[in-house]
Amino acid sequence: MSNPATETLSVVVEREVAYPPEKIWRALTQPHLIEEWLMKNDFKPVVDHRFTLRGDWGSVDCQVMTVEPNRTLVYSWGAMGMGSVVTWTLTPTSAGTHLRMEQAGFRPEQQRAYQGAKFGWSKFFANLEQVLARPD
Amino acid sequence: MPNTHDMLFKTLSDPTRRAIFERLCRSGEQTVGALTARAKVSQPAVSKHLAVLRQAGLVRDRHEGRQTHYSAQLGALAPLLDWTSQMTGFWQSRFDQLEDLLKRMDQ
Repeated sequence: MSNPATETLSVVVEREVAYPPEKIWRALTQPHLIEEWLMKNDFKPVVDHRFTLRGDWGSVDCQVMTVEPNRTLVYSWGAMGMGSVVTWTLTPTSAGTHLRMEQAGFRPEQQRAYQGAKFGWSKFFANLEQVLARPD
Repeated sequence: MPNTHDMLFKTLSDPTRRAIFERLCRSGEQTVGALTARAKVSQPAVSKHLAVLRQAGLVRDRHEGRQTHYSAQLGALAPLLDWTSQMTGFWQSRFDQLEDLLKRMDQ
């Protein structure tokens, strides 16, 4: 992963959840439930289905890539003109479920633009970018 | 980390303060007098903004004779530019909400 052209960033959040995978799966795949913890949406657990997540700060364009009920859910996550992939993995445990989310695919140089857009500070960061790019 | 974010956002949310910081980014080290000449506020107000920026680590001061020179510390912005820590925070709060929802859902 040392080649800058192919290097990508990923974020992993995982947690032991005291509920069976079936119940978590419903929360991950039923639109009215998704809305309660993530964002407003028109999700369907169907491969290739395109859906939009709408938050106060903007929207995220997604497309379902993998659906393995109660086990794996993968969708693309496109925001601010940049794409990444979100993978949910549910593994049953004696106490419930090991829930893992990995978001991967951003390239490191996209970070600054992403932040600027996300916080509505694009102008500020564009200015800053110019300053940083300026030869000393 | 969230505290660092809060402080940076709070500090830069004031347009006048942000303008002062941007000016330091663009023009390098400046005295309070030089900054005031370009700002639309009084020198005490500029000094107050500089003190807040300094507390947030966004500017550094250097005393030379009777003058104090201020310069921008771009490294202080690093937490805002760190995509992975931002997204980790986002998903952790969503996990919290998901767990809340699971508690409320009937089997």
